[in-house]
Amino acid sequence: MTPDHAETTQAEPESVEELVAQWEDEKPPAAGPVTNIATGALVALLGVAGVIGSRSLGLGSASQPGPGTWPLVISVGLILLGLLLVVRARTAGFGEKFSVDSWRVASGLASMIAFTLLIGNIGFEIPAALLAFFWLKVLGNEGWRSSLIGAVLMPVVFYLIFVTGLSTNIPHLF
Amino acid sequence: MDFAPVIDGFGVVLQPENLLYCLIGVTVGMLIGVLPGLGPAATVAILLPITLTVEPVTAIIMLAGIFYGAQYGGTITSVLLRLPGEASSVVTVFDGYAMARQGRAGAALGIAAIGSFVGGTLAIIGLTFFAPLVASFALDFGPPEYTILAILGILLVASVGSGTLVKALIAAAIGLLLATIGRDGFTGSERFTFDVLQLSDGIDFVPIAMGVFGLGEILYNLEDRHNNTKAPTKVTKVLPSRAELKQSSGAIGRGSVIGFFLGILPGGGAVLSSLAAYAYEKKRSKNPERFGQGAIEGVAAPESANNAAATSSFIPLLTLGIPANATIAVIYGALLIQGVTPGPQLVEDNPDIFWGVVNSMYIGNVFLLIMSIPLIGIFVKILQVRAAILAPITVLITLIGAYTIANSVFDIFLVCLFGAIGYLMKKVGLEPGPLVLAFVLGVLLETALRRSLILFGGDPTGFIGRPISGTLVAILVAVIAFPLIAKLWKSKSKTKEKELV
Repeated sequence: MTPDHAETTQAEPESVEELVAQWEDEKPPAAGPVTNIATGALVALLGVAGVIGSRSLGLGSASQPGPGTWPLVISVGLILLGLLLVVRARTAGFGEKFSVDSWRVASGLASMIAFTLLIGNIGFEIPAALLAFFWLKVLGNEGWRSSLIGAVLMPVVFYLIFVTGLSTNIPHLF
Repeated sequence: MDFAPVIDGFGVVLQPENLLYCLIGVTVGMLIGVLPGLGPAATVAILLPITLTVEPVTAIIMLAGIFYGAQYGGTITSVLLRLPGEASSVVTVFDGYAMARQGRAGAALGIAAIGSFVGGTLAIIGLTFFAPLVASFALDFGPPEYTILAILGILLVASVGSGTLVKALIAAAIGLLLATIGRDGFTGSERFTFDVLQLSDGIDFVPIAMGVFGLGEILYNLEDRHNNTKAPTKVTKVLPSRAELKQSSGAIGRGSVIGFFLGILPGGGAVLSSLAAYAYEKKRSKNPERFGQGAIEGVAAPESANNAAATSSFIPLLTLGIPANATIAVIYGALLIQGVTPGPQLVEDNPDIFWGVVNSMYIGNVFLLIMSIPLIGIFVKILQVRAAILAPITVLITLIGAYTIANSVFDIFLVCLFGAIGYLMKKVGLEPGPLVLAFVLGVLLETALRRSLILFGGDPTGFIGRPISGTLVAILVAVIAFPLIAKLWKSKSKTKEKELV
């Protein structure tokens, strides 16, 4: 690797150990045990709801299992596993903290839901253009020019593939 | 063994349409392997709607191509950028990147391609002889055997995931619960449908896989994680020297064998086998200190192993109907949607599908060898395509694809919902793999369990009474007990160490 390529802020790792350490450093901050407790509690609650649901379905017996037997087994499992996660919240491994960047995920998801709400009414072309522009300009930090080009090109290409080419029934305006 | 269907399989592969889809599959696989972000499971999930429009064998040929093609592509970023494109190429980074820094990037990529080709091809030959054997053995399997086998499969996949076992089991249990939604196959009563009409037939596998794997991963990538990508090194000559070939031929052979056998085990797969092959080479080397400093065996062994494993992981799917990993679980789902139930009868009932898919892998590996040696420059160029441009394209493919499954907007909503769930799961450390796998096996497991219980008159000890299911129970117990014993032993030896100090 030539020096002008090595533009990273960090030094080049010299050994496997350094490389692994660097990967650890680059990892996003881990979520704490509180997340595990919350997750475990939620899972246990899901299990409780499952048990209630299974009971109303009819539990049957071991020799004549009913519709609720198997859901009951899983639900009891969920309760136990959820409680186990609460108890072992400190050692059960952590996920990732929600970061300042998490709004990007929320807005990305919102743009998809907006697309879904619009597609049935006005076809896919305009929603696709809007979604592409949003993802390019706002989420992708692309320039105005490439974002606009992308927002126009993508629906056109998708139209050619899904409507002209594959003749799917995707709702379209034109 | 009757070779006529094997030969007929080549006839299936050589049909122009199948050849084309094989080429599309391996090219897409290579691409997503090169591009960090989407893994093979996500890609296969996103492309599921496309497969609904073609013949089952054509669909699986393409999806399989994506899976093993990704193993080739993942190497490129490991060597050139020190960024493993796929989890199975992580160990390749150690020596591959060191070689690139010494100006031997071409040799590293070349040996990886050759190793991948050899590993893949040897594994296909192994698959050809081994799979019908397993299938004929499994023909005697009844509901009790399938019950234990499905539990074993889910447990193995959960226990080798990257997270902790509790969390993997939680994900699996949620998957099993989701599978119960809809009409009960035995009594016809509706379960957990909350009077929503669209739920009465259960949740389709496609929106779950597309959401949890596909959109979940896209959303997860929106939080910048790949911010320090650099321009890749120029690669000119992608051919290892004669001496390098000689030096790595043993490693390629051993890597292929390790990969083949670990790949068969549910949960083993490409990731574990590449680690095992690397560790083995380092251990048997006369001067292990070379590893991490650009030892060519350190590239050859894991790359051969991950391809062999990717190929052999089709064995449990095609012979037992048990998917060995997340990507194969999605392919299993694709087969089910096409009306084909993978299992021991597949070789007999659908020889065209079985041998068509198996034999397509020879052709796919040849395609991949061509793409990774003479055409490597093109794929290196693709590294410069910005993630910001790819993201909206994948989102639109997913959303429009979701609609085309059943021409329903409800399905797009489901995909979005499961995308959000997939993202949240990743955030709290729950792996989505076990969920999808358990969902896919859920119906089979419940049916087999209920039939077994009726068969045994409600006595669960019946599982131990039958020779094959009893053996499987023993393996199951061993799988559960082994980590516990290992842990106890470890803590014991630790206290001993402390005493010594």
